[in-house]
Amino acid sequence: MNNENLIVSPSPHIKSERTTARVMGHVLIALFPAYVASVIIFGLRALFLVLFCAATAVIWERLCNIIMKRQNSIGDLSAAVTGVILAFNLPVTLPFWIAAIGTFVAIVIAKQLFGGLGQNFANPAIVGRIVLMLSFPAAMSNWAVPFYNSDKIITSATPLVTGKAKYIDLFLGKTGGCLGEVCALALLIGGVYLVVMKVISPAAPLAFMGTVVAFSYLVGEDGIYQLLAGGVILGAVFMATDYVTTPITNKGRVIFGIGCGIITCVIRFWGSFPEGVSFGILLMNIVTPYIDMATKKKPIGALPLEKKEKEVKADEK
Amino acid sequence: MRLNGIHIPHRKGTQYFETQTFPVPERVKISMSQHMGAPCTPLVKKGDTVKVGQKIGESEAFMSCPVHSSVSGEVVDVSDMLLANGKTCKAVEIACDGQQTMSEEIEPPVVTDKQSLVKAVRESGCCGLGGAGFPTHIKLNYDESKVDIDSLVINAAECEPYITSDFREMMENTQDIIEGIKTLCKILEIENVYIGIEDNKPQAIEKLTKQTENEDSIHVVKLKSSYPQGAEKVIAFSTTGRIIKEGNLPSDHGIIVMNVSTVAFINRYIKTGVPLISRRLTIDGDAVNKPCNVKALIGTSVKDLLEFAETDFDKAQKIIAGGPMMGMCLYDADTPLSKTNNAFLAFKEKTYAKKSLLYKGQTNCIRCGRCIGACPLGLMPTELEKAYDRRDKDALNKMKINLCMNCGSCSFVCPARRNLAEKNQLAKGFAFSK
Repeated sequence: MNNENLIVSPSPHIKSERTTARVMGHVLIALFPAYVASVIIFGLRALFLVLFCAATAVIWERLCNIIMKRQNSIGDLSAAVTGVILAFNLPVTLPFWIAAIGTFVAIVIAKQLFGGLGQNFANPAIVGRIVLMLSFPAAMSNWAVPFYNSDKIITSATPLVTGKAKYIDLFLGKTGGCLGEVCALALLIGGVYLVVMKVISPAAPLAFMGTVVAFSYLVGEDGIYQLLAGGVILGAVFMATDYVTTPITNKGRVIFGIGCGIITCVIRFWGSFPEGVSFGILLMNIVTPYIDMATKKKPIGALPLEKKEKEVKADEK
Repeated sequence: MRLNGIHIPHRKGTQYFETQTFPVPERVKISMSQHMGAPCTPLVKKGDTVKVGQKIGESEAFMSCPVHSSVSGEVVDVSDMLLANGKTCKAVEIACDGQQTMSEEIEPPVVTDKQSLVKAVRESGCCGLGGAGFPTHIKLNYDESKVDIDSLVINAAECEPYITSDFREMMENTQDIIEGIKTLCKILEIENVYIGIEDNKPQAIEKLTKQTENEDSIHVVKLKSSYPQGAEKVIAFSTTGRIIKEGNLPSDHGIIVMNVSTVAFINRYIKTGVPLISRRLTIDGDAVNKPCNVKALIGTSVKDLLEFAETDFDKAQKIIAGGPMMGMCLYDADTPLSKTNNAFLAFKEKTYAKKSLLYKGQTNCIRCGRCIGACPLGLMPTELEKAYDRRDKDALNKMKINLCMNCGSCSFVCPARRNLAEKNQLAKGFAFSK
């Protein structure tokens, strides 16, 4: 027996199998149905655009690791997730070089410059999308007609602008829009998978979607239509549940979801943009630290702090 | 309301292995610090002859109980010894003569009232056998004018993986447990007894339920298998529904919590007068070829115990005293068995260190909130870690770092593999420092 072989480490000595990389892997699996749907709806270009975004996001992440002398972090898969989610927020017609700018902004500016995984205050994919939307407004609203498999892409308006589309078409994704957001069915399958696998808590998505429906009816709009058209479901399931930029307690997550829903509706109904999901989530990302502060958990059996301080003072005397 | 808990693997492979008696070793080393509280002063010196059950260590301190010799033989050395927790204390080394001659001091105590019970339990050298090792007589010596004890909670949850020593106690010594409970109830005038057992031990639940059928005051409570069900505060809540407040003892809320093996020992002591000189423990782990439950004398070397269980010493890289969630690593296999050790586990090299496509090391906190959902006491481990990293004493106190009991649930669930429990312990020390 050689005691020098023995490892001494603090307890616990066993750990759950669930690592950051596994969590991100589950998210990628959950994104897969929507990916398949987008390829069916918009053709092969969608296939390549998503792969391109994921690849460039990983490349940017690795370059940052090298330049900033950080540990290689592409193995945690978070960059790939960001790339795919950003791609889902782009029109299928977008030139690849613009998409590369988008992933650059998402990974380098919104994430790595703030310290990498876990340190960014806003969802990188949302930041990437908003920067592209403001910088390339024409390219970013060049919506393709679904199922039109020709070299020449014919563009159309999104259902949010036209305001007339059948529920079933919206549900299955037979409408124009960002490549990942159109098929509500596929997104919901992904969402249910994440909840079942206990990757996300359903608090934020339900609060978000519920608020959109309720608020729309309250101001005389069609709530179901507002839920199915545009990016509410994509945002609620995959972006309002991003761990890093949303509140850490379930109570906070409900507040977050309600806030996202209200801002989304206000922008849609009275703002100059047709879509408000990205801004809704971005603004709520910014108030997340304050929501966290207000929703701190109370430890079980804890006494108020003042009393303890008095006791300490009494002891000192 | 319910307290948070986590699912951990049970791995109770030794549960059907009947307890074997470990032979008397050639030499024992009995440390003077066997439990929480003050260490004892040795009463014997080199060259003395000692007998089984003879008192060899005693202390005047409040939080302490005596230490007895587990063998008969000659004291060969009284020296300083480094404990697994880093503290130093005296240890008495005895060369056994193999006769196991019983000491004349041994005689069944006369227990008639609370005072004599407390005295007897103290003299028996009894401390909590579940792992933490709180001297038992202090639990019993509550102030009757201030608190009214109405419930006795028998902790048989055994929520740590691998360990089955309490389960074997329940299967093999059921009568001792029930009689011990009855004695305590009679003397302390306790109305209700709750035996909390996790539902992964259905045989124990069945056996105890059957044998307490005619006892109206004894309730066998089936608890959900969720870690840390056996923590004092958690089991007190799961059985009685009472929350033990910050800084309070269970007795402040009318409860005494006692481990199932402890109560069985008290009964045996009252019957025979043989003090705490041996205990049952589990030996398991992936480096152990013949996992088993053994009854061994206090002071037996862990190395001998592991050899008995055919441990592969060349491959063993981690030897843990206790369970894998809260147990302490040993730096030397030649450490003696103490009263509080309910298991020794030997593990090979960590399997997750293998190369893998996915990154399995530590990452930044991804704020998933799993640690918050895991903490049984509702603390926020990730926030505590951040507060400790910026050395913010006020924030740590505000977030009640003092409540952390180091159950390790937060570290277990963390996907970023952050050592949250370790940080909490460091933070506790920091927050209490002036």
